[in-house]
Amino acid sequence: MATVGGVAGSIPVTPQSTALRKPPWHRRAANSIRRNEESGWRTVAWVAVLLPLAALVFAITVLAFKAWPAIKLNGWYFFYGRTWTDGAGAYATPVTTNGVHHLQGARFGAWAIIWGTVVSSVIAIIIAVPLSLGAAFALTERMPTWISRPLGFAIEILAGNPSVVIGLWGFLTFGPWLASNIYGPIANNMPDVPVLRYFGNPHGTGEGLLTAGIVLALMIVPIIASTTRDLFSQVPPLPKEGASALGMTDWEVASKVTLPWVRSGIIGATVLGLGRALGETIAVVMVGGAILTIPHTIYLPMTTVAATILTQLDGALADGTGFYVATLAELALVLAVISVAVNLVARLIVNRTGRVGAPVGGA
Amino acid sequence: MSTLAAGPTTTRRRVATQTWRVLTYLALILIMAPAAWLLLGVVSRAWSHWRWSVLWTPLTPTGGGLRDQILGTLILMALVLIVAGTVGVMAGIHLSEFTRKGKVSGWLGGPLRTASDILSGFPSIVLGYVGFTALVVGLGWKLSLLPAVIILSIMVVPYIAKTTENSLRQVPTGYREGAEALGMSAGYSLRKVVLKSALPGIVTGLLLALAIACGETAPLLYTAGFSNTLPHSLTGSQFPYLTYVVFTFYNDPSVQKHYLAYDAALILVVIVMLLLISSRIVVSRTQRHSESARTTTRGIFGRFRNDPSRAPAPPPSIGPVGDVPTR
Repeated sequence: MATVGGVAGSIPVTPQSTALRKPPWHRRAANSIRRNEESGWRTVAWVAVLLPLAALVFAITVLAFKAWPAIKLNGWYFFYGRTWTDGAGAYATPVTTNGVHHLQGARFGAWAIIWGTVVSSVIAIIIAVPLSLGAAFALTERMPTWISRPLGFAIEILAGNPSVVIGLWGFLTFGPWLASNIYGPIANNMPDVPVLRYFGNPHGTGEGLLTAGIVLALMIVPIIASTTRDLFSQVPPLPKEGASALGMTDWEVASKVTLPWVRSGIIGATVLGLGRALGETIAVVMVGGAILTIPHTIYLPMTTVAATILTQLDGALADGTGFYVATLAELALVLAVISVAVNLVARLIVNRTGRVGAPVGGA
Repeated sequence: MSTLAAGPTTTRRRVATQTWRVLTYLALILIMAPAAWLLLGVVSRAWSHWRWSVLWTPLTPTGGGLRDQILGTLILMALVLIVAGTVGVMAGIHLSEFTRKGKVSGWLGGPLRTASDILSGFPSIVLGYVGFTALVVGLGWKLSLLPAVIILSIMVVPYIAKTTENSLRQVPTGYREGAEALGMSAGYSLRKVVLKSALPGIVTGLLLALAIACGETAPLLYTAGFSNTLPHSLTGSQFPYLTYVVFTFYNDPSVQKHYLAYDAALILVVIVMLLLISSRIVVSRTQRHSESARTTTRGIFGRFRNDPSRAPAPPPSIGPVGDVPTR
């Protein structure tokens, strides 16, 4: 064993070994850095990972502090009230109720805002989920990779488009086109019966609830579709091939094998898309009209929580008592709580089943 | 008397499956058509009156170009890359490497990851409001660059952390074990082996985060404000960027401003496309070098299609040690 390629002979074994001599200072410094490199990484990483947590706590604390007067004074009326007025005007006088300064006559009921937020997001989900599922099926089950990969990338580019650009296109091109070519014919032929009346005339100019829902759907399709596509490609081929061998048609394989296999993942992706739709601001402001009413038909202007915060903050600063700004903080807090809850539910479901597709681009 | 009468008839099943096929293609078309329309619409609107001088003339109250707005967006992106990139990558390293079971960090790993997830789902306008009340008004920084960078960074840090963590987790255990067997210290092997082979994934995450950052409007309106020209300070004076131009000029009475809004939209789309395409190039270049892809893919028209359902099982966690990518 001592004669392994003569290597042993090449090591000089001398009494005054270099190991005993003290290495020069720069070598010692380098060694020390190298030995302590890991603890350096650890410290910096530890600080960095605490920062998102700190930001989260900070944001919620700021919102809660800012919103506290509004929460105290608006009470439950905030959630069901239909009047939204800051009391400003020629005779606006600051008064104090329960220790909160506000303008006399200020009354904030956000029912219309919350209604608009929920309904537009639900419309978006109703449109986006079937489209995403169908497209993901077409991409994974029917096409060779050299077609499906560029197509998948094209869908992801849709997600990467800045929402302000989507809003611009929705306001100038898509909304008016929808109003004259889709809404018009539908509204004119809608019978005047209780539920369907909501889809009847007037059908507006293309700026409103349904347009906002459709544009939101376009924005969340990439999230749901990319996640669903990843999930479909993770379904092992054997069950599917077995089902085919038993004589099932494509539709039966899809509905009885593939979909049940990934059901909870799809639910998770849907909830994630819902979270994005609830919080979307700019596109909704541009295509939804941002008018504080519950629309009489599905085509007319509306507003959402996020859109209200954006459009009202400027004017709210004019309220010298600060009560309007506090109320907007309460709105922001409500939106934050809802989207945190929605996201937590989605993550719980998705983490149990698989990974989430990237919201933009996608690896 | 038939023994097969229990199931649906063959005709019905055939119709059902054909309908299903048609519907899936229809869904794909219904998604692709608006996407294509959107891109073509933005390009054609801007192209009909495009002049290159938009890129280098400053904005004036009546028209002009978008020089300072483009520069402003690029500066915002660069600062977000520095701030959020550092914090996000380090946070991702922590979540992937330093959360060991049985230690405080391991016990905290779950909550920290959840906090980061929650933050990534936070509506951007809410963060904008927080930035406005706390930084712009509270700290007296006024509408300016610094609060904008901080709020944008808070928005994208969770995203960068997530992609970093995921790509670090995909580094084969064999690489780490090989590095340890060669006598590298833990920190040295993290820097030279683990981070190096996870780099493409991290870079992809950074590029996508930049795409998010440059397209944001809502949080910037109340943190950065807007101005026609670049200011000389971090705080105290308002800061120009592109998305404001799109958001505000599109329903301005002046036609010149409409044109500027379309131009800004086109420039934004081009920036985002460049970022997405380069991230895609990074991904495909690494896939070419990785082990599983090498055995199945031969370019786009190769003999072996890279069908994920037929791809071989992922390599076992202890892979070949000598196969460290040389980049």
